[in-house]
Amino acid sequence: MNDVDSVADVVAMACLLLGAFLCLTAGVGLLRFRDVLSRMHAGTKPQAVGVLLIMTGAAIRLEGSSVTWMLLLVALFQLLTAPVSAHLVSRIAYRRRHVRRDRLLVDELAVTRPAATPGDGTPTGP
Amino acid sequence: MTAPDVALRRLRDQVPLLVALVLVWNLLWGTWSWANLISGTVIAIAVTWLLPLPPVTGGAAFHPAAVLRYLAHFVLDLVTSSAQVAWGALRPGRQEDGAIIIVALRTDSDLLLTLVTESLSLVPGSLVIDLDREQRTVALHLLAVRDLAAVERQRASVLAVEERVVRAFGRAEDIAALDSPAPATTAPAPALDERTTS
Repeated sequence: MNDVDSVADVVAMACLLLGAFLCLTAGVGLLRFRDVLSRMHAGTKPQAVGVLLIMTGAAIRLEGSSVTWMLLLVALFQLLTAPVSAHLVSRIAYRRRHVRRDRLLVDELAVTRPAATPGDGTPTGP
Repeated sequence: MTAPDVALRRLRDQVPLLVALVLVWNLLWGTWSWANLISGTVIAIAVTWLLPLPPVTGGAAFHPAAVLRYLAHFVLDLVTSSAQVAWGALRPGRQEDGAIIIVALRTDSDLLLTLVTESLSLVPGSLVIDLDREQRTVALHLLAVRDLAAVERQRASVLAVEERVVRAFGRAEDIAALDSPAPATTAPAPALDERTTS
């Protein structure tokens, strides 16, 4: 009994720590990536998985509590909403030209100029 | 079509939404009871009546084996992409270039396209910028692509995600559409000003 409890505790701790670490990398990514679009990558993927892991860890620790259902909802809505908000932000960012075009290898969405014919690392921006 | 038919169809379109809302309500309370069920139903009806949503046209099927395969891939992709982005954020040195690509999808169903785009934003490398419902194209931002070969690999993986979603949730005609060639989109569509209205 005691053993099982401690194993569950270790798993919960691992989940919480790893989740917190991923959320930290999401924050670091927000600072270090160069434009809005790249930052949105950080805001969706490590962030979503981080929240999932923290919810898992919390659910293990709070086993049997009615709160666990809410954790499930949090995880579900995180997965549903993170891509949508990232999509909206990046869509607006692209239209408002908050995009580092010189850091794009290919830009097939550019309508004002012919399709880019970039070489490796060649700046394709205007 | 007579009026009762329309009302009945509208009710049938709303049923999945109602069930989902009642379920969420009960999960929020954390316990199951008749009071929660009844109050949840009342609130769900009130919400759908006050804030009506257009029905999602075109149903979906459910293929258990394909759904499992999709979910397994999804979880794996999610973990991989988080690790990649986390590493990209922490790695010392210059950040790599990105790319914006337009991929022509083969699916023509609102529900499936929603699932595909949701999945695409969570799988490695890609982030949906724009979706052109008419042309069935999706514009993606790719993070850290080294060369054009990597871009093409990403393009192939987008189509693979689409295929897994459609095989999991598509009706027979959606799955059949996978085998037909994608509509030609040689010139990038001037998609930015067209909103998906449906």
